[in-house]
Amino acid sequence: MLDSTAEGLPGDELVQLLDPAGTRMEHPLYESYVADATGERLLSLYEDMVVVRRLDVEATALQRQGELGLWPPLLGQEAAQVGSARALREDDFVFPSYRENGVAYCRGVEPRDLLRVWRGTSQSGWDPYSVNMATPAIVIGAQTLHAVGYAVGCRRDGVDTAAVAYFGDGATTQGDVNEAMVFAASFAAPVVFFCQNNHWAISEPVGLQAQRPIAERAPGFGIPSVRVDGNDVLAVLAVTRRALERAHRGDGPTFIEAVTYRMGPHTTSDDPSRYVDPRQRAEWAGRDPIARVEAHLRAEGVLTEQAAARVAARADEVAAAFRAGCTSLPQPAPLSIFDHVYAEPNSALDRQRSQQAAYLRSIGEVAE
Amino acid sequence: MTQLTLAKALGSGLRRALADDDRVVLMGEDIGALGGVFRVTDGLQRDFGPDRVMDMPLAESGIIGMAVGLAFRGFRPVCEIQFDGFIYPAFDQIVAQVAKLHYRTGGAVRMPLTIRVPYGGGIGAVEHHSESPEAYFAHTAGLRVVTCSTPQDAHTMLRQAIACDDPVVFFEPKRRYWTKGEVDETVLDEPGRAELMDRARVVVEGTDVTIVAYGPLVATAIDAAVAASDEGLSIEVVDLRSLAPLDLDTIEASVRRTGRLVITHEAQQSGGLGAEIAASITDRCFLHLEAAPARVTGFDTPYPSARAEEHFLPDLDRILDAVDRVLGRANALTGWSPR
Repeated sequence: MLDSTAEGLPGDELVQLLDPAGTRMEHPLYESYVADATGERLLSLYEDMVVVRRLDVEATALQRQGELGLWPPLLGQEAAQVGSARALREDDFVFPSYRENGVAYCRGVEPRDLLRVWRGTSQSGWDPYSVNMATPAIVIGAQTLHAVGYAVGCRRDGVDTAAVAYFGDGATTQGDVNEAMVFAASFAAPVVFFCQNNHWAISEPVGLQAQRPIAERAPGFGIPSVRVDGNDVLAVLAVTRRALERAHRGDGPTFIEAVTYRMGPHTTSDDPSRYVDPRQRAEWAGRDPIARVEAHLRAEGVLTEQAAARVAARADEVAAAFRAGCTSLPQPAPLSIFDHVYAEPNSALDRQRSQQAAYLRSIGEVAE
Repeated sequence: MTQLTLAKALGSGLRRALADDDRVVLMGEDIGALGGVFRVTDGLQRDFGPDRVMDMPLAESGIIGMAVGLAFRGFRPVCEIQFDGFIYPAFDQIVAQVAKLHYRTGGAVRMPLTIRVPYGGGIGAVEHHSESPEAYFAHTAGLRVVTCSTPQDAHTMLRQAIACDDPVVFFEPKRRYWTKGEVDETVLDEPGRAELMDRARVVVEGTDVTIVAYGPLVATAIDAAVAASDEGLSIEVVDLRSLAPLDLDTIEASVRRTGRLVITHEAQQSGGLGAEIAASITDRCFLHLEAAPARVTGFDTPYPSARAEEHFLPDLDRILDAVDRVLGRANALTGWSPR
């Protein structure tokens, strides 16, 4: 059992290493996991969060300007995503939902590739094997089972690689997520379930999904769990490193509930003013994940004016390339819709493809 | 050559697949010590170990979803769904994940899963144990859907399905599990010796009417052809093998010879494979058809209780009735007469 109460249940207590004012807090268990995360290293986590927020804001603007069909903002979840993603080893494999753009950035996905799905130029932006991260799952929770299967495959292959499944509080209601926990426990899969409890499943508050802290569920499946302040990048880094250490060591699955808050809409299509209490949102704004690292780094003298300017310049640079990359994404060729449906020849599809090619030629369009 | 039941032929196909490729893993409920509820996997866990032949927790979506992850990792999972009616909890993983991941990832991720499903009626089973859900899967882009009718095809096609880099939903006609036949287990050892699993097969040659059947009804269609020959009729029977893609070329060639088409399946009629075949063949050989294609299928009802299933399932007489119809002959059984 990882933590914490006498009964072995995680309870309501959150692991926290950096409070909202930016003060480092003591923690007997987790401190050692982030002993290296000071000075320049902590500054680089800060930079990641600033850049990820900037990309997110930029993408939201691109959607408002009609360049993207849709965008799922992660505003407020930067610490949960950067802290967990920076804990991963290169060979660990991520199975995300559609909101893990910050995780993807940390995995080395080219920022412009994040936009392909939402601009509608392809169904996924990258080759999963090039960054060891699957492309986004839109069906809620489906990817958690994939992570378990991948993790079992790693064990079969005799490697200590782990798989990580990202999902939200809403997903914990889905059958697949519950089945994934049963299967992970049954096969002692080296998998980390990383739940970002951002308090909302579109407009439904977390209370409609769970009557008790979500992390309490996992021990019932035989999986140790931990609740962490999801707006505290150090605490998220620490608990994820510990969970991965268990997985790499062969000790099986861990469930992490990162308690955070979705400061924006579910996607650019919905209207949170219809369902969010502004007082609750204001309260969470006071726990901003970036502000607290900034306060801490300034107090430590690490975030000098010079360093701050460097981070800002970096964010500007990435954002400019992101925007330019978006509008330069190539339009799919008409017949590309037939590509990759099957790995091997398929007579029915080949027939439709050649009929459509002939039709396009007949009206003077270039088919390929 | 050995004499095997269709179920044993499937088992020997799985055994060969496990022996030939150590990335092949079997996953399913009760497939280990019990050998599956139909004993298809009998002895495989004993010989290949619980890591290759895995008894799974009781959750169909979990089985398929976990297989997706194993495929991501380069394994070739063979999942057993215990009965046709239990595939629905796994529907999302099959149609939204398994079928689409190769497409979604621009070809980067392969999904060489085989999903084995004992299907169809005629064994006097309870509810959810006699269904024919093949049209749902044939309708889904990215899946291959096949079914077998003989022990030889069962063995060969299953090995081909497992070797295929695309996901294959493999429907096993459970009421034919105990059908015996010669099985040549070396047929895939030399390339080109076996027929492709997506090529239909002319089982009985004839000149008057083509009957297209698949899975459990191929035997019934052959019986109908034999019965019709007593009346001097020459019936051609085509065994589809593959439901997606359809080998329309083979059906077309047959219908061009006979000019008449009867399609039979156990599944409900509306939106079924019969409609697709009738439309496609009408499109291809309208001017060669002497009559509109006829369908002999299950009815648009839920599968009925065991003592009523004989009224639901296409049988020899209903098929012969349809043969009469496409020949423009009155039929005493139905009272139908040409207008």
